[in-house]
Amino acid sequence: MAKLNVNPTRMELSNLKDRLSLASRGHKLLKDKQDELMRRFITLIRQNNELRIEVEDKLEKAMQSFAMAKSLLHENFIEELMAVPSQSVNLNIDQKNIMSVRVPQMHFQYNENADDLEDLSYGYLNSNGELDLTFQYLIEVMPDMLQLAEIEKTCQLMADEIEKTRRRVNALEFMTIPQLEETIYFIQMKLDEAERASITRLMKVKDMG
Amino acid sequence: MPNNIGVVGDRESVLAFRMLGFDVHFATEAKEARRIIDKLAEKNYGVVYLTEQLAELIPETIRRYDAKMTPAVILIPNHAGSRGIGKKRVQENVEKAVGQNIL
Repeated sequence: MAKLNVNPTRMELSNLKDRLSLASRGHKLLKDKQDELMRRFITLIRQNNELRIEVEDKLEKAMQSFAMAKSLLHENFIEELMAVPSQSVNLNIDQKNIMSVRVPQMHFQYNENADDLEDLSYGYLNSNGELDLTFQYLIEVMPDMLQLAEIEKTCQLMADEIEKTRRRVNALEFMTIPQLEETIYFIQMKLDEAERASITRLMKVKDMG
Repeated sequence: MPNNIGVVGDRESVLAFRMLGFDVHFATEAKEARRIIDKLAEKNYGVVYLTEQLAELIPETIRRYDAKMTPAVILIPNHAGSRGIGKKRVQENVEKAVGQNIL
């Protein structure tokens, strides 16, 4: 490891010692941050993976059923049915702070007991059973979909932050701290050597007299 | 500020989401999709669901919103089935954070 390009003086030595203690403290803190972030990330990402597989399955089923329903009806009827949504979802986003990563916390407000299809406000005419089925699927999958949005975004943001933190930790651990240590060692040796040289010189001068 | 939920995709797949009260936009081309997503992001949408078929066409736009808190661009399959891009993104996150795929 290359040592820093500094003059071997006492002043520089004390500066470097300060920097070393700061760097070690920073390294310790960042390492702790990384460990905690990682711990949370791993539980979250597992959840994310499971949820995503589940949501994809369900959505696919719903969409296929919708494509079927749509093929049996005229385009305009479908448009008409969809013109007025029977449900509404409200979304409020708060910021949550996980180890100084700002992640969104989403609060959804929707009709909780929408599982029964009574609320579907379209007529029997111009609609069909497949359409009912589609909405049943969709309503089932909606809470999971919304949860997936929150978890996946959180995971994304955390992954970015973990990567950044890891770079910092590594830079401190493998670059900054070894460099400082080596330079401090070099200056100390240099100063010791200078001291010995001056003592020897003094002794020589005394001998001459 | 109200945060809405948007859905972007081809007509066959996403029209049904209108019934759930989501804000549905149709797009079939990359340019269109990009324009809609940018517009939604500007309008303070909290979540944007995007079909994988479109996501494949505009990876750089999605990446742009990855680092921001809102909107959360979430990939969904379309009626033709999943292409595994959404799952791949989860795996990428794991690899980025952990260093290897542990799932």
